[in-house]
Amino acid sequence: MNQIIQPTLTIDGQTVAIEGERNLLELVRKANIDLPTFCYHSELSVYGACRLCLVQVEGRGIMGACSTPPEPGLKIQTSTPQIREIRRIAVELLLANHDQSCPTCPRSANCQLQILAQRLGVKKVRFKSVLQPAPLDESSPSLVRDPNKCVLCGDCVRMCWEIQGIGAIDFTHRGHEVSVQPAFGKQLGDVECVNCGQCASVCPTGALTIKSEVDQVWDLLADPSETVIVQIAPAVRVGLGECFGLKPGEITTGRIVAALKHLGFDQIYDTSFAADLTVIEEGTEFLERKKAGGHLPMFTSCCPGWVKYAEQYFPELLPNLSTCRSPQAMFGSLVKAMLPDQLKVERKNLKVVAIMPCTAKKFEAQRPEMAVNGDPDVDHVLTTQELAHMIQSAGIIFDSLQPESFDMPFGFYTGAGVIFGNSGGVMEAVLRYAAEKVTGKKLDQVEFQQVRGDSGLREATIMVDGSELRLAIVHGLRNARVVAEQVRAGKSHYDLIEVMACPGGCVGGAGQPVSTSRDSRALRTKGLYHADKMLQLHKSQDNVFITECYAKFLGDIGGEKAHHLLHTTYQSRRRISDESLPLMQSQAEDKLKVSVCLGTNCFLKGSQDVLNGVLRYAERSGLEGRLDVRAGFCFEKCESGPTVMIGGEHVHHCTAARAIEVLNSKIESDNPGHAVDENPGCTGTD
Amino acid sequence: MASAPIVVDRAGKFEKVCGILNRFARRPAGLIPILQAIQHEYQYLPEEVLTYVATSLDVPPARVFGVATFYAHFALEPKGKHVIRICDGTACHVKQSLPVLNALRQKLGTTEKSKTTADMMFTVETVACLGACGLAPVIVIDEQVHGQITPERAVALVDDIQAQEASLQTAPAVPAEQPLAEECND
Repeated sequence: MNQIIQPTLTIDGQTVAIEGERNLLELVRKANIDLPTFCYHSELSVYGACRLCLVQVEGRGIMGACSTPPEPGLKIQTSTPQIREIRRIAVELLLANHDQSCPTCPRSANCQLQILAQRLGVKKVRFKSVLQPAPLDESSPSLVRDPNKCVLCGDCVRMCWEIQGIGAIDFTHRGHEVSVQPAFGKQLGDVECVNCGQCASVCPTGALTIKSEVDQVWDLLADPSETVIVQIAPAVRVGLGECFGLKPGEITTGRIVAALKHLGFDQIYDTSFAADLTVIEEGTEFLERKKAGGHLPMFTSCCPGWVKYAEQYFPELLPNLSTCRSPQAMFGSLVKAMLPDQLKVERKNLKVVAIMPCTAKKFEAQRPEMAVNGDPDVDHVLTTQELAHMIQSAGIIFDSLQPESFDMPFGFYTGAGVIFGNSGGVMEAVLRYAAEKVTGKKLDQVEFQQVRGDSGLREATIMVDGSELRLAIVHGLRNARVVAEQVRAGKSHYDLIEVMACPGGCVGGAGQPVSTSRDSRALRTKGLYHADKMLQLHKSQDNVFITECYAKFLGDIGGEKAHHLLHTTYQSRRRISDESLPLMQSQAEDKLKVSVCLGTNCFLKGSQDVLNGVLRYAERSGLEGRLDVRAGFCFEKCESGPTVMIGGEHVHHCTAARAIEVLNSKIESDNPGHAVDENPGCTGTD
Repeated sequence: MASAPIVVDRAGKFEKVCGILNRFARRPAGLIPILQAIQHEYQYLPEEVLTYVATSLDVPPARVFGVATFYAHFALEPKGKHVIRICDGTACHVKQSLPVLNALRQKLGTTEKSKTTADMMFTVETVACLGACGLAPVIVIDEQVHGQITPERAVALVDDIQAQEASLQTAPAVPAEQPLAEECND
């Protein structure tokens, strides 16, 4: 029998086996050499722009390791004097065009540019500074964009497009004017960004950072008139330790509680409690939809990045989203309803701070529907990184803290609530509830291995009481789009779909510590499953405080009070602000404004024909002087599109004939007897 | 800003945009020729039209903006009725193109940043090379090439155009652009 010869190549004198690696960079890393790079991420396409991963290939010259496929027999050197000099010049050139305000930069501790300048021994930048200062973009509730710190590696651009399928930012202009921007130079808060922050998590410098709320929280803690309570999301406990030199996935729950007590929070609770509550509400909602023939498949709604994405791109699927608020929001709503009485404080003096692995939660907390009379249910959201800053700032030696326990009752949780923090966890937690509910029998085997895994688009079929449940689990919004398009086209056979925007789920959220190790996401997930294992209870329905909460306060599961406090509604949402295209202008004082939506949803429903019909009619019937016609981009009424706004009134499901009818009646009511007699020539049918 | 002196048939132009998009089957791969055709209609790329192009091609507006800003050929600001391009490539530069540029800017009151006159009549811009180095210095006014130009001759050419425009203003109105035969039906 022929023996298969393992292909190899040589890296700095070491023989290294080629085992399916896609490029030389992966092989060099396998040989335990940390080749510097800004623009290479294993999950993104190869860009080859930063020129830092250069290697000397014998007989070929200097090549980018990221963009060179491995071939057997190649002899590679990774650190020759010439390569070191090229790398140093590359870093010096970047620094010459960089706002070097390093001590005050939020990324100071883990900026790749700073680390590389140190590693490559850059002592002095020999080039004159050419930085043209550009203003900060602080429009987003979640992120800050500082163009003066951008190194143009394009990681953010590729992350937003390739993984999230959004493309809210892209390269603009050319040559030395190149910059990364949202469309038309708008601000991040005015475009389709869903605040997932994955751009910031791959940014090697401080060009994209988390918008900090640390100062506001310090102020609250220092104010004796405020009662400040805090909730910690599941994924935080397996991430925070990385900021203090611990391994990814190490569970630090007790130390986090101790640190929060030290910082001065009055009550310390766990979002996992609210996750248990979510399981009960969402599981019940799902079973009811299944029984009553409601909108299926049902999508989970815990992820605020996904919810905003669905509102912008899939308005017709909003009835398929679970109406359950996210655990963060349920927690805020519930405690602000229950605690003022118990703690004898007024609602306005009860502040809720949430510690989240997520930047989009900052946006969620600011949604007007998550507030009572303008008072938000969650006042501030701190990411894992921001909590680490507070702990460091207070001088707390994290590792030396003695673990403490959460306050009751909102600090009591089951394993089902904890695994909410990783992809597949929400699905598994709901199954643990639903399976027991449907069969009426105690579920002994609580682990559903079928829904676990790392792939961005997974399917599973589970038999419950003789009937099949077809499930899909996705992470990364591009994957969500694939599934949502199937559902929209009626080609989906799923019952329940779990969506998390960030790769790996919340453990990979952009609020988590900037990852130092490539497998940190998998380790954090492992940490959460481990935390579940170590708890005595694994099913949300076994959480006695949840049962008590329903009995004493909420009433029935899915009942009126529960609905009021724990559920929400969604609205279709425009992707870009303030765009409208004037097509026919009128100087007349009594002009009638007509605006036809040409946003994607209305466009697909034929609004372009409506617009052209209106324009042609106006020309034909001599209304040109009276009408001010524009094409608009989304009135946020997608569910009933095509939408046309005529004289301040929305006309839904509009056809050209209907629009003409309405605009004639408006003109008639403005000047009785002056209506245009001409018959539109077609009949409206809607 | 003064309103455009040209009668803009916005609705007609919009129908043309629809026609252009249809001609390229609304495929993202046709983005560059689509932008070229739209610029031909509007003399520049209006932001709202780009938003519409993005919607109908199902590509992010940021991508369309990226492409539109990458190519020097595309303009995102409206241009004047008459576009004057001064070549400032090496040969023309050496043959004193800058005095020509300065004379035109002084004559029309334009600057490096604001290239178009307030009455939307003239745009003065530089180009890297027109490939007519034998005629250096060269300017192009509305597709007409003028070689071995001097500041005085350049200003005289502008005077001529201004005189023509003034006589047009007093003459009877020109009929508005004809409605388009091209229909938008998708």
